[in-house]
Amino acid sequence: MNSTPDRDCLLIARGVEKSFGATKALEGVDFRLERGEVRALLGENGAGKSTLVKILSGALKADAGRMFLEGKPYSPGSPLEGLASGISVVYQELSLAPHLTVAENILLGREPRRGGFLDLPKIKAVAREALDAVNHPEIMPEDRVGSLGIGARQVVEIARALANESKVLILDEPTSSLTAEDSARLFDLILRLKSRGVGIIYISHFLEEVGKTADSFTVFRDGRNSGSGKLLETGFEEIIRLMVGREVSELFPRVPHDIGEEILVASELKGRKMAAPVSLNLKRGEILGVAGLVGSGRTEFLRTIFGLDPAVVGLVELKGSKLSPGTPWAKIRRGVGLLSEDRQREGLAPSMSVADNILLSDFSPCRRHGFLSLKKQSARAAELSAFMSIRYAGPGQRTKELSGGNQQKVALARLLNQDASILLLDEPTRGIDVLSKTHVYRWMGEMARRGKSLVFVSSYFPELLGVCDRIVVFFRGSLIEERECRRWDIESLTAAATLGRAEN
Amino acid sequence: MNKTKENGPRKLLAVLGPFIGLGLVILIFSLVPEVRDRFLRPANLMSVATQSVIVALGALGMTVVIISGGIDLSAASNIALSSVMAAYAVNVGLSPLLAVFLGVLTGGVIGLANGYLITGLNLMPFIVTLGTMGIARGAAKWIAGNQKIDAPLTWVNELMTRSPRPSWVLAAPGVWIVVLLAVVMGVILKYTVFGRHVFALGSNEAAARLCGVRTGRVKIAVYVIGGLFCGLSGVMEFSRLTVGDPTVAIGLELDIIAAVVIGGGSLSGGEGGILGSMVGVLIMSFLRNGCTMMGWQNFIQEIIIGAIIITAVTLDRLRHSSAA
Repeated sequence: MNSTPDRDCLLIARGVEKSFGATKALEGVDFRLERGEVRALLGENGAGKSTLVKILSGALKADAGRMFLEGKPYSPGSPLEGLASGISVVYQELSLAPHLTVAENILLGREPRRGGFLDLPKIKAVAREALDAVNHPEIMPEDRVGSLGIGARQVVEIARALANESKVLILDEPTSSLTAEDSARLFDLILRLKSRGVGIIYISHFLEEVGKTADSFTVFRDGRNSGSGKLLETGFEEIIRLMVGREVSELFPRVPHDIGEEILVASELKGRKMAAPVSLNLKRGEILGVAGLVGSGRTEFLRTIFGLDPAVVGLVELKGSKLSPGTPWAKIRRGVGLLSEDRQREGLAPSMSVADNILLSDFSPCRRHGFLSLKKQSARAAELSAFMSIRYAGPGQRTKELSGGNQQKVALARLLNQDASILLLDEPTRGIDVLSKTHVYRWMGEMARRGKSLVFVSSYFPELLGVCDRIVVFFRGSLIEERECRRWDIESLTAAATLGRAEN
Repeated sequence: MNKTKENGPRKLLAVLGPFIGLGLVILIFSLVPEVRDRFLRPANLMSVATQSVIVALGALGMTVVIISGGIDLSAASNIALSSVMAAYAVNVGLSPLLAVFLGVLTGGVIGLANGYLITGLNLMPFIVTLGTMGIARGAAKWIAGNQKIDAPLTWVNELMTRSPRPSWVLAAPGVWIVVLLAVVMGVILKYTVFGRHVFALGSNEAAARLCGVRTGRVKIAVYVIGGLFCGLSGVMEFSRLTVGDPTVAIGLELDIIAAVVIGGGSLSGGEGGILGSMVGVLIMSFLRNGCTMMGWQNFIQEIIIGAIIITAVTLDRLRHSSAA
């Protein structure tokens, strides 16, 4: 192998290997990034993307392989060294101190000093300059980070990377919690950084988004580089084939199911955190899509029905009788189940076993004379895990050791265990890989076939169009539009969700 | 699937960790020439067991509290208040059984107050129990009129006797009560839905709520259990001292918490176990006993126990980070 790389190339990695115990996370991976290039790093969960990012940033040390930054050998011993060399990572979980100001965060760890004291005017000036450079003059250096929205916080983090004169910026799922508007601004920002010669590694599960922002792509599969190329020359089908390793015949499998009578009716329901009352009905065996932007009130609506937020006014009827206001405990006993949008913070008890997590909402199948039968619990969990095709070591394994997709299936298996007939699913496919997504879609269809009713909240409109029977749109807290699925298309849905009105 | 293979020995080590520590402590003292003749004698072992009763009872309740993600700083004050109440009751001529009942009930009431304040006002357990710690201690001194309450000897004082009768019972009744209750609590934590809910609460409160766990009720129950055990512990304290002393057990809550932590309890919740906590209690008791026999001063014990707490938690942390 040629050991003197071309000096023009910003970042080169060759033959990078990394193992964790017996598992090979990366096997001889090659990667390169030019100045001013946006390269998408794609692959399913566990394919090795984050391992490579950690090696590039200095959080992990490679077992073998060489890296060159601007032609010079590069082997960071710590994230600090990586940062000093000019490689910044903006993680999904933002690493900002919420109690400090924007300026303090931007210069955290590198505060300019004068005579032993903080040079406050300079801190402010540097922060101002960085915020202007990312084209967000409305964010003030003296704002407390805790008072900013999630999109603005991300901008602060990118500004921090800029103030650090980063040459390589790694964005890990940057839009997963952004509104469409904030995402659009982020894409503008990426273009600006590009024109300044910054190389960007862009990790995302959203292929449409990658098509909009990235120039080129590298796909990882099972710790190997399974293909690279220019996005303009490659179709999404080809990229998906590279990610999955085979053709995905159907991205949105539909299971035929019959829609029955009205089962859940919400009339003028308004919860404490909802902006306006909402009326909605749901039929037996129906998959009802709820489209809208993040913050449009969809989540709050689901949580009010489920009793996580108290209802202020309005009425919910289930099978013709009033679903009294009350705690999730009461709702679960009436057959209502909710899948949280935030798997880590709310969906799962990470330190508990898979079996405990599956049975947590209803232990009754494994209870006798007031005592739990651990054997029955294990058997029940194993049965449901097999049905959900969860990949795990056994029912006793801790849930936090599973991959994102498998964790989500554990949360879904819980709804199955409690035998919920109304399934309220909030972003069920967020942050999971393509193959797991198709599993979730098929599972939803299967549930509808069994006569269960589903409410499917998503910000990813293609999946709503692919899976649902009927779609309603939330805009700024109100339900503004409702149609049969076939009477929507991506344009009308996007228009309704972003503008508050559908064109046709 | 190779993951289970790797986790197997590690898991075993995690369970055995406190036992290895206990074995080491016993081994060291039974090898030291100065004390080895006396250390392993049944009489000494029995006295260690009896000395462990008060902390052990506190630790049974504290284990549940800590697994649920909480903390109870009022434990030691609660023990003092309960012992004073029991002494007061005997002193005014109530039947001993009623006195025991009253002592335990007092502990439960303080626990209930803790639970209600934490859930009702939505306050941090640390703050609430820091407050009730002062309140319970003050109440104890008030009731006792700022001095010891003398009480006539009754069968209650037999609970912690050094020479149990008949001799075939081997240990003081208090020791057997601890063993029995430890089994009961172990079963509750592992084999009941309530036990699973306690773990879920400590592991992720939001997830527990989502799963229909009535988190408020579970929390109140947890602190009531903690309080009842403190009450019983207070009765044992009264039994041992034969008087009600409002200044007894100062700082004991930290010993109780230390025992739970040495036994594998995590202050961030979701982890811990009865068996581990009991081993933690024994490690501290054997150390105290051994050091006393060696003629070492108190401060040496304190330093050693402090070092053990830090070592135990460090080992625990290492085990967790390597498992992830």
